[in-house]
Amino acid sequence: MATLTSTPATPAQRRRRARPGRGPRGEQVAGYAFISPFFLVFAVFGLFPLLFTFWVSLHDWSLLGDRSWSGLGNYSKLLGDDHFWNALRNTLGIFVLATVPQLLLSLVLAQLLNQRLRARTLWRMGVLLPNITSIAAVGIIFTLLFARDFGLVNWLLGHVGVEPIAWQQHRWSSWLAISVMVDWRWTGYNALIFLAALQAVPRELYDAASIDGAGPVQQFRHITVPMLRPTIVFVTLVATIGGMQLFTEPLLFNSGANAITGGTTRQFQTLTMYVYEQAFTGQEFGYASSVAWVMFIVIALIGALNALLLRRLRGVQ
Amino acid sequence: MTAHVELEPAPVVAVPATQTVEAPRVRRRLVSPTVVVLSFVTALSAFPLYFMVVMASRPNSDITSVPPPLTPGGELFTNLDRVLSNPDITFGKAVVNTVLVATVTTAAVVFFSCLAGFAFAKLRFVGRSPLLAFVLLTMMVPVQLGLIPLYMLMSKLHLSGTLPAVSLPFLVSGFGVFLMRQYVVQALPDELLEAARLDGASILKTFFYVVLPVLRPAAAVLALLTFMERWNDFLWPYLVLDLDHPTVQVALARLAGGYYTDQALVMAGTLLGVLPLLVVFILFGRQIVGGIMEGGLKS
Repeated sequence: MATLTSTPATPAQRRRRARPGRGPRGEQVAGYAFISPFFLVFAVFGLFPLLFTFWVSLHDWSLLGDRSWSGLGNYSKLLGDDHFWNALRNTLGIFVLATVPQLLLSLVLAQLLNQRLRARTLWRMGVLLPNITSIAAVGIIFTLLFARDFGLVNWLLGHVGVEPIAWQQHRWSSWLAISVMVDWRWTGYNALIFLAALQAVPRELYDAASIDGAGPVQQFRHITVPMLRPTIVFVTLVATIGGMQLFTEPLLFNSGANAITGGTTRQFQTLTMYVYEQAFTGQEFGYASSVAWVMFIVIALIGALNALLLRRLRGVQ
Repeated sequence: MTAHVELEPAPVVAVPATQTVEAPRVRRRLVSPTVVVLSFVTALSAFPLYFMVVMASRPNSDITSVPPPLTPGGELFTNLDRVLSNPDITFGKAVVNTVLVATVTTAAVVFFSCLAGFAFAKLRFVGRSPLLAFVLLTMMVPVQLGLIPLYMLMSKLHLSGTLPAVSLPFLVSGFGVFLMRQYVVQALPDELLEAARLDGASILKTFFYVVLPVLRPAAAVLALLTFMERWNDFLWPYLVLDLDHPTVQVALARLAGGYYTDQALVMAGTLLGVLPLLVVFILFGRQIVGGIMEGGLKS
């Protein structure tokens, strides 16, 4: 985090450093007043719902408010619920399938964008274009591109001798199509985040490496990746949060009345879709809340794993 | 906000002639491989949007033809008109709703982020650091996980189906507070605040007359990013709004997810939903790119 140390200290600053954290009364009051809107709104619409979800998950709770205590009943029911495990498997599968190529591609893309280029801003805008497109629009456009009989993707594949694929029908193909939607939308965005971090890497490192005869691949492996490690962890974490909550792309990939089940055999129903289905179609608020909490725990675990990994990697260095 | 741009090296001219070691770089190729790859990537980025325009400008019969059409047809305005005049979708109303929601939430996020960002950067109060850490942590908590109680809360408050229900949870943003705090640290010198204080200005007065003007560039970027995010939001509006008060994204999903097979109509609607942001992007793309890089850089 940035500090104020770069400029010579004024008397005011010196006074400030002598008493860290405690200002005159007026400043104290103003400080709390200025940050209070954030904390108030977050408490009501962020923190309270999250904690209340846990409370709801301990009950059998219907839309009308009828409820009875069930303790950890919902959670034990989860363990034997095939649809839940199916949704968890789909979510993790699509997450991995989408995230790994996405991170690799965006790293490479960032490297390319970091070279001496004419019309720099235009290239950057070009890769960001997908990200300003709404998820709903992405879902609709790609569903048409992946149509079985007249879709562009199948038509192109036909040229290399691939039989038309019913993208929605199979587990692997629907996962792939959904991953393509996610990657299309986020790769450029992540590339810009990486680019920002890349620009903090001293260019001399690359110059020295190329004088030593290191090729682009070696430079990428031995300079770019190590220098960008914290950013990689950060981007992975954000991708995890997004990936675990995947909802719109799979929902719109399956149009019709039962879109929320993610295909006829739930082959691409994600966890958020399952929460939604349980809560708002099945009116099982309590049960849906337990699924939501498990989701939260999975995200937190992956976050913790990320942090741990970062620390270990640093230790190795 | 554009400080990072200056980090880039000066044009090649500035490189001294002694760098003869790098022979390949001196020999100028007409088209570098980088440019070829980037062109390909940009084409891939743009293609689905182009395809949307193609489909929106064709009659329905063309859309199911093999091979699929790859050039725009002449039905664009017919299709757009069909979307706008369709009584089932109330697309015009959806646009108005979305503009309202996005504008109100953006204004709130920017204002509250400036307030909190300034306080975290320059005001001394007990617990400042842990509170800031807490703000950062909130960025890790997805709003969606509170979907069920939020929905119950809105029902209790009799707000379900209304625009306030879509807006209320998004009046503040941890990311916004963080972004503004970083900017204040970097762009607002203590001397300015000291001068205002010596002139006898209250903190509130200082905020409005000294701080806010300095924050304008960062506030503009935050406004752009927030507006885009709000415009594109889907899950929560989809849940809490009904068909009488849809946002654009909700209207689009209903359009595509119903029993319609009218793909040209759906694509024309999608185009209408994407168009406003495309215009914003073309006008302010540089700032948006800068804002995203700035936000990522400091995280």
